[in-house]
Amino acid sequence: MKGSIGTTGLIMNEPLLWEKGREGRCGFSLPRRDVESVPLDRELIREKLEFPDLSEIDIVRHFTRLSQWNFSVDTGMYPLGSCTMKYSPKTNERQAGREGFVIAHPLLPSGLSQGALRIMFELQQYLAEITGMDAVTLQPAAGAQGELTGMLIIHAFHKMKGSQRSKIIVPDTAHGTNPASASLCGYRSVPVKSNEQGILSAESIAEIMDEDTAGIMITNPNTLGFFEENTGEIAEIVHADGGLVYCDGANMNAVMGIVDMGRIGIDLMHLNLHKTFSTPHGGGGPGSGPVAVTKELEPFLPVPRVVKERDKYSLIEDCPESIGRVAAFHGNFGVMIKAYSYIRSMGPENLKRASQFAVLNANYIKESLKGYLHLPYDRPCMHECIFSDKDQKPAKVTTLDMAKRLMDYGFHPPTVYFPLVVHGAIMIEPTETESKDEIDQFVRAFRAVVNEARQNPDSLYNAPNKCKVKRLDEVAAARRPCLTG
Amino acid sequence: MRYLPHTSEEISRMLQVVGVDDLGDLFSTIPEDCRLNADLNLPEALTEWELNDHMDALSRDVAVAPDYRIFLGAGSYEHFIPASVSHLLARSEFVTSYTPYQPEMSQGTLQAIYEYQTLAARLMGMDIATASHYDGATALAESLLMAIRITKQKRVAVSRLIHPLYRQVVKTYFEPTGFEVLELGYLENGTTDITALDDIDELAAVAVQSPNFFGCIENLQDIGEKVHDKKALFIATFTEALAYGLLKSPGAQGADIAGGEGQSLGISCSFGGPALGMLASKKKFMRSLPGRLVGKTQDLEGNRGFVLTLATREQHIRREKATSNICTNNSLCALAAVMYMSTLGGTGIRELACLNRDKAEYLKKGLKEAGCIIPFDTPTFNEFVFRFPAGGEDAYSRLLEKKIVPGLSLDTYYPELAGHYLLCVTETKSVDDMDALIREFKS
Repeated sequence: MKGSIGTTGLIMNEPLLWEKGREGRCGFSLPRRDVESVPLDRELIREKLEFPDLSEIDIVRHFTRLSQWNFSVDTGMYPLGSCTMKYSPKTNERQAGREGFVIAHPLLPSGLSQGALRIMFELQQYLAEITGMDAVTLQPAAGAQGELTGMLIIHAFHKMKGSQRSKIIVPDTAHGTNPASASLCGYRSVPVKSNEQGILSAESIAEIMDEDTAGIMITNPNTLGFFEENTGEIAEIVHADGGLVYCDGANMNAVMGIVDMGRIGIDLMHLNLHKTFSTPHGGGGPGSGPVAVTKELEPFLPVPRVVKERDKYSLIEDCPESIGRVAAFHGNFGVMIKAYSYIRSMGPENLKRASQFAVLNANYIKESLKGYLHLPYDRPCMHECIFSDKDQKPAKVTTLDMAKRLMDYGFHPPTVYFPLVVHGAIMIEPTETESKDEIDQFVRAFRAVVNEARQNPDSLYNAPNKCKVKRLDEVAAARRPCLTG
Repeated sequence: MRYLPHTSEEISRMLQVVGVDDLGDLFSTIPEDCRLNADLNLPEALTEWELNDHMDALSRDVAVAPDYRIFLGAGSYEHFIPASVSHLLARSEFVTSYTPYQPEMSQGTLQAIYEYQTLAARLMGMDIATASHYDGATALAESLLMAIRITKQKRVAVSRLIHPLYRQVVKTYFEPTGFEVLELGYLENGTTDITALDDIDELAAVAVQSPNFFGCIENLQDIGEKVHDKKALFIATFTEALAYGLLKSPGAQGADIAGGEGQSLGISCSFGGPALGMLASKKKFMRSLPGRLVGKTQDLEGNRGFVLTLATREQHIRREKATSNICTNNSLCALAAVMYMSTLGGTGIRELACLNRDKAEYLKKGLKEAGCIIPFDTPTFNEFVFRFPAGGEDAYSRLLEKKIVPGLSLDTYYPELAGHYLLCVTETKSVDDMDALIREFKS
């Protein structure tokens, strides 16, 4: 394709650290020794630690070269469905990098950490407002830990009511973490299928809900990119049998300022600060997965809780119904600052506009690629749209082939083979921070790949061609695992 | 708004393609009774410059050095972080990428994590290490659950000298499982008392921290042998990973699993998070490990490359049968740690660890001479327990007024040690800082 942004740059080879090290080098300015050495029992001392010795420039070049083998949001469009790869504003990094936050010790007396506690307290309030819930904990370190925290709260709730339950309803469109989180709490997942519109019907829940079911985990908007329109009715059914409604809020980016989760019967939900609230993904963490709950479930939130009394912020631990701690300290404070900074920079109107543009972008892509790729559910979507490789079957081209080929055009592929309900799924989430120009380029690239699949499938089987490495053998990696050098 | 690139003209053209009249129409599938009826009640947007002022003021409302002399450790340690590490870690390509599901576009993160796994395994003296976890507390909880999966026993024993907050996290994770957590007491010398093990059967694992919460170095070797006699797995945990730059590693002393906190390795305290959960094991337990792993492989042309591997253990494939619900590591923190470990090198890490210990010994000696009580005589690393001299019980608040935080009170966590404090000294404390504290008791 003419004008494609994908090209091969100046990419250096770089050995492993220990292939590069030379004994006797050091990259560290050792602090001045102003005390005497005190002997230690030889029995306690280890053998020499086999770390490579490198100078500062060795290390700087090593990691700079490695960084250039990575694609990132700052490099280009990263349309991974359900991952919300929006732009991470740079001012957030500046705020989180302030000395007072960076070296703050988590066990400082409250009186000496008012600034940090105030950020946490206010962020809790903002997230409660955005979700329509009553109380928030910021402690969970990631979305999956938020889910686990939610399940622990549900478990504690039923325990307090005096009747423990054994099952939990998990739709087929749920993230894989949902059933895994539920089983950590001893719950058996009861799967339920979405209907022909890609959403849950109230009838299907009514059929399986009973008094041994602790609740339901609904991802809303769901992983097919649709709003679960029947949540209100489903919540009534679940509540009638004494169950709770958990919402996986990973896709909250579609509905900020638009949907009131409290109003539709959600009892508790998690958010991903690294998705909706722009904190960077860091190549796989650290994230942050706050949990928001109704007034009724507030007593179960993890300790310590951040509270405010007469302009003073403090941490309280005396909460007898609490599920306890899920982190050693207060959660990923460094991530919270970035989300706080984002919300303060955006303000209420821009948060709503962000959701509107996220949905506009996804629908625009859906309409632009319709006719090129099979669209299993042709109806208006929220933040993401899902295609499949059904139309490429005759040419024996798969979703994976097209994903790899997109790399040569300078784009990170969408999420592939998820959700499982769509065979060969291609899940595209552009987010609001991609402009029409970027999206048009992406659409042109994807159309070109689809044309190649028809005319010259060979060019796809061996893709990518322009990355640092060719297609990697993941099967061999799992068969003969080599995890250390 | 500078993060939103849409012009009015583009919005109209896009709406036209989508086939709706205005932005509101995009949400037509959302029933009226699900809508938020009012505007979000949040503060108005700040400019970048207003935000700077606001955040600057908040960040000044936290006590930090050099204004304050803070002798707090207890699971979060202030160490010097080289500018090169901070600078490299801030590279956008590392910061704004996703979990490396598409390895051809993520070789930077993948090779770095492979290097982290290697150096982390060497530090802990283990065969293999995971790509990292949330923090030390959850790494310990996951280690214990892993031992239960391996041994199929339902009971674990943990030392009371494991960080009290870690034990609280373990309790939270175990509460709904029906598995039992027993606690082992401690001896007069400040190390774990394992005699109770004689009367406990059907044990999956025993977990001991070294250096323990009191800073004392445990004899892991002896404990490990006894644990293995009971046919249980031996888990070594830690809060101060730098100690293993000097001390015998968990692996060298017979640990089957090592799981603890790596924040000391180039990650700032940041009010407790993000941190670095480190988890390592013997090779034979590889397929029972929770969390992400990076492995070496080849591309179509035989070139070396790296991928996420053994995913069949994980939640996105195995769903409810997964080894854990974790779907990520703490990648950027692991990256900080590998940058830091390679910056120090084998020689540097030992020298730095020695300096930490020597400084702590200097303060210990000084406080002792000034009349403070050091209750445990076991060798320590960079933390130790002390009590103010008789008659000096009000010293803590007096010192706070002088902008010195003399450690963490043990009153809540160990009521039997009321009046005792846990002190920490790293290389960031100068002789002047330590003398300032000692002087308070001499006068």
